[in-house]
Amino acid sequence: MSVEYIGLNKIEGPLVAIEGVEGASFDEIVEITNSEGEKRLGRIIEIYGDKSIVQVFEGTENYSLTNTTIRLTGKPLEIPMSREILGRVLDGVGRPIDGLGDIFPDEMREVNGSPINPVARVYPNNYIQTGISSIDCLATLIRGQKLPIFSGNGMPHDILAVQIVKQAKIAEDSGQEFAVVFAAMGVKHDVEAYFRDAFEQSGVLHKVVMFVNLLDDPIVERIVTPRAALTAAEYLAFKCNMHILVIMTDMTSYAEAVREISSSKGEIPSRKGYPGYLYSDLASLYERAGLVEGSSGSITQIPILTVPNDDITHPIPDLTGYITEGQIVLDKSLHLRSVYPPIAILPSLSRLMKDGIGEGFTRKDHVPLANQLFASYAKVMDARALASVIGEEELSPVDKQYMEFGREFEKRFIGQGKNENRSIFQTLNLGWQLLGLLPVDELDRLEQSVIDEFYSKTQVIL
Amino acid sequence: MAIVKQMGKAQAEGYIYGINGPVIKAKGSNEFRMLEVVYVGKEKLIGEVISVDDTETTIQVYEDTTGLTVGEPIVSYGSLMSVTLAPGIIGNIFDGIERPLNVIKEQTGVLITRGIQLSSVDLEKKWDAEFIVSVGDKVSFGTIIATVRETESIVNKVMIPFGVEGIVKSVLKNGQYNVAETIVTVETASGEEIAVNMMQEFPIRTPRPVMYRERMVRPLITGQRIIDALLPISKGGAAAIPGGFGTGKTMTQHQLAKWCDADIIVYIGCGERGNEMTQVLEEFSKLVDPKTGNLLLNRTVLIANTSNMPVAAREASIYTGVAIAEYYRDMGYHVAIMADSTSRWAEALREISGRLEEMPAEEGFPAYLASRLAAFYERAGYMHNLNGTEGSITIIGAVSPQGGDFSEPVTQSTKRFTRCFFSLDKNLAYARHYPAINWLDSYSEYIDELTPWFNENVSPDFMLERTKFMDILQEENSLMEIVKLIGSDILPDDQKLVLEIARIIRLGFLQQNAFHDVDTYVPLKKQMLMMKTISYLYEKAKELLKLNITIGQLRESGIYDDVIKMKYNIDNEDFEPFEKLNAKIENEVNRIKTDNGYTN
Ligand SMILES: Nc1ncnc2c1ncn2[C@@H]1O[C@H](COP(=O)(O)OP(=O)(O)OP(=O)(O)O)[C@@H](O)[C@H]1O
Ligand SMILES: [Mg+2]
Repeated sequence: MSVEYIGLNKIEGPLVAIEGVEGASFDEIVEITNSEGEKRLGRIIEIYGDKSIVQVFEGTENYSLTNTTIRLTGKPLEIPMSREILGRVLDGVGRPIDGLGDIFPDEMREVNGSPINPVARVYPNNYIQTGISSIDCLATLIRGQKLPIFSGNGMPHDILAVQIVKQAKIAEDSGQEFAVVFAAMGVKHDVEAYFRDAFEQSGVLHKVVMFVNLLDDPIVERIVTPRAALTAAEYLAFKCNMHILVIMTDMTSYAEAVREISSSKGEIPSRKGYPGYLYSDLASLYERAGLVEGSSGSITQIPILTVPNDDITHPIPDLTGYITEGQIVLDKSLHLRSVYPPIAILPSLSRLMKDGIGEGFTRKDHVPLANQLFASYAKVMDARALASVIGEEELSPVDKQYMEFGREFEKRFIGQGKNENRSIFQTLNLGWQLLGLLPVDELDRLEQSVIDEFYSKTQVIL
Repeated sequence: MAIVKQMGKAQAEGYIYGINGPVIKAKGSNEFRMLEVVYVGKEKLIGEVISVDDTETTIQVYEDTTGLTVGEPIVSYGSLMSVTLAPGIIGNIFDGIERPLNVIKEQTGVLITRGIQLSSVDLEKKWDAEFIVSVGDKVSFGTIIATVRETESIVNKVMIPFGVEGIVKSVLKNGQYNVAETIVTVETASGEEIAVNMMQEFPIRTPRPVMYRERMVRPLITGQRIIDALLPISKGGAAAIPGGFGTGKTMTQHQLAKWCDADIIVYIGCGERGNEMTQVLEEFSKLVDPKTGNLLLNRTVLIANTSNMPVAAREASIYTGVAIAEYYRDMGYHVAIMADSTSRWAEALREISGRLEEMPAEEGFPAYLASRLAAFYERAGYMHNLNGTEGSITIIGAVSPQGGDFSEPVTQSTKRFTRCFFSLDKNLAYARHYPAINWLDSYSEYIDELTPWFNENVSPDFMLERTKFMDILQEENSLMEIVKLIGSDILPDDQKLVLEIARIIRLGFLQQNAFHDVDTYVPLKKQMLMMKTISYLYEKAKELLKLNITIGQLRESGIYDDVIKMKYNIDNEDFEPFEKLNAKIENEVNRIKTDNGYTN
């Protein structure tokens, strides 16, 4: 396979066309060398007869139609895997950039992965305590879940992600190892540095592998970054039986890279210029979470995305929400009122929580309490809307109680310290205390027995 | 899907010339036929011909095309993209082209690899066949020749395959046979003798012929109050469940698949999550069907082509599902199809269309989106089958509009071809009002056709109560416009009462807890008693108003709470407590009257 082809037929953005090539296979990796001897990698994305279109990972700067040679590798993109990747910093396609030398591979893995057979999945139902009340009580994270954070520019999603990494009790009860796979896609240098410092300070750096594609790195590589990271996650989880938390940031930059490449290929866009296959593309990442038979490891994904224009109907958050198992939504107005973490609980949701909470997991009052908190907080919104029209003074006594409940709930339940790690019992008890601000006949989601056992008791404590 | 070795001699042979994702261009033969199955490359990946012209053939491949090269062979054996129909389908889980996922797991482990050719059903397993035909009988397509107990819940009726017609020449004795063995031979008019076994193939994109369509006058009973009572759907009907992410499409479909009174459920996970299929499998292997007392899995077929599985197979998955449904319908069964989500199917269509460089219509979807959707939903219906049996296919399709915007093409087209519209509402979901079906935006066009059935089989009151509820909910809606501006305090008492009764309807009746043992499924009788109880409360409360007694006194009595919680506190079989509850309402009202100086 060492035939070399000289010259290109066309260069357009990150794409080059080559002609007269024999034996090229779809999706295979090619090596492109320019006259200065610099090597770059590319991927064949379309073949027609003896013509192929190649996507160049590092971009096409400096290329002319004559100054390059191309060599087919005969293989799709593979990256070296070994336990030693923990503690390392790699680029978007899995090459070390920390100066600590090559990775000695235990095996090579194709980055695209293969779909998990649905019958080989194990349904996730083990909850992860994050120590953050709004998450633990109302959008409980489950081991093996994909639960994104929908955020915006200037919001503390990075701080929240780090707090989750530090506090999450992800492997405690199983005696297994835990590790973090971190994929940075098109993020600023200081964001990457923030995470690196935070991991270092909390002493987990040796359990973290970072795949880094920064804002000024090539965008084709950005498409590979999460795939390389998830390949590592699968290796560590399903081969080494570790519990893996994958943080992927920023999915918005990733999707924008997909759009850029799509438009350079001249594809027909669907919404906002994004290609029609963005859903399938994102799904090919997000679905690489979960638990499988025959392995005791797990992959839990926390993708972070900055929602363009705070518009949750924008294709990136929208398609993400259609694939992930819920979402944690950060809210600007809470943030402006200095509530940390500014989690908007009504649009936030964990779809897997119902099977991982309650008796035997957390506590039996968890489900009814969560339902009631949601319902009551939804009424706070109605009361606020009304108050903004007629003034709080004019509200009925019950609505006034809702206003009070809303303020306290945001301050004491949603709000907590950046290092405050609450146990699930502290969280649940706090929830009952706050419900105490409302009259009992407003608690329409609770059965009498629950009211008797939990609500009434907390009243006495108060 | 059939396996290669059974296909015999190659009909057309060409080679790969172009590769663009799942779309392959073939040259070297002009004998490829539209919609036939082809085997692509050395690994024999399964594909289907989607367009033919004089220079090349276009093929969509149902598997990942990584690694294919120009020049690799492409072969066809002359059969259309088909499903294998035989005992062994029920209780099983397949991918979008009917490959059994359990067998794939045994062969390749946790991950799905490529180039797997497998028989859809177990070819070795022996089934207990009881014959219905005898030598000399006239048979044609659809004639039932034998019965086989396929699962505890379902008797498979072995039918004469398409294209076979004549006189039965030989029949085996009742006994145990596998699906591939010849059990009956048929002599045709031309004297040809055709061997018939329990297995047949049928093209997935062709509707199975029927005698005629019947009127759809029977409801699909779902046990879900908002559907049965407010938005009923007919057996043989078609319904759309549109909603933004997380509003409850999948949950609603799971609930229907669990509790509706169809005989057979075909559940198609089309481009959705892997875990959801795992969940259905796990739950249905444990849950008991209230109708038969058997496990739900014994009446369920699962088609799982999740979002990360090949996109062309996703396009095929809904046809695979409906073709299987039609097979069981022809046996005289009522089949309900859950398709989650038809939007993912439409996107697969769009993706393939884009790679073919077809002219896009709205939002990049091909212009034929609407006609394809129509063709799919038209395969629903209450049919008089060719063999004289009656059966139905009800299709319930989830729609996932981008941005939750119902004006997009898939939602709009689907709306034209379905007659029930269960519109899921983000705000209800945010407030955790489940099922988050918006009672004002949703509709059912089957109500007039179904009213006689409810009158006869439940009670004439059922539909009357329904109308009352709808009126109250409408009125609440207009009153809320005022309340939003000025609060509810200044409303006159009769309007306050409307709001309170509407609240009871919402909390006590429309909200239904899928995770509560009693509330998850509610029989029609109880639904009616619940409606009547709420109406009774309303009537009694109005009596107080007539006497100028403030409505606050009734609220304070706590009776509202009793009514709201009747869904949990009153059992699904023992309805006596309704009498007690109604008596309690009466007593409370009388007590209040007395307290206010009136005598009864
Ligand atoms: N009837 C219900 N009872 C209780 N909870 C429900 C109900 N319907 C929906 N939910 C809650 O809402 C969550 C999301 O529901 P579901 O998965 O059905 O949404 P969906 O509309 O299918 O979303 P997507 O389009 O992303 O697949 C569930 O996990 C559950 O927590
Ligand atoms: Mg869903």
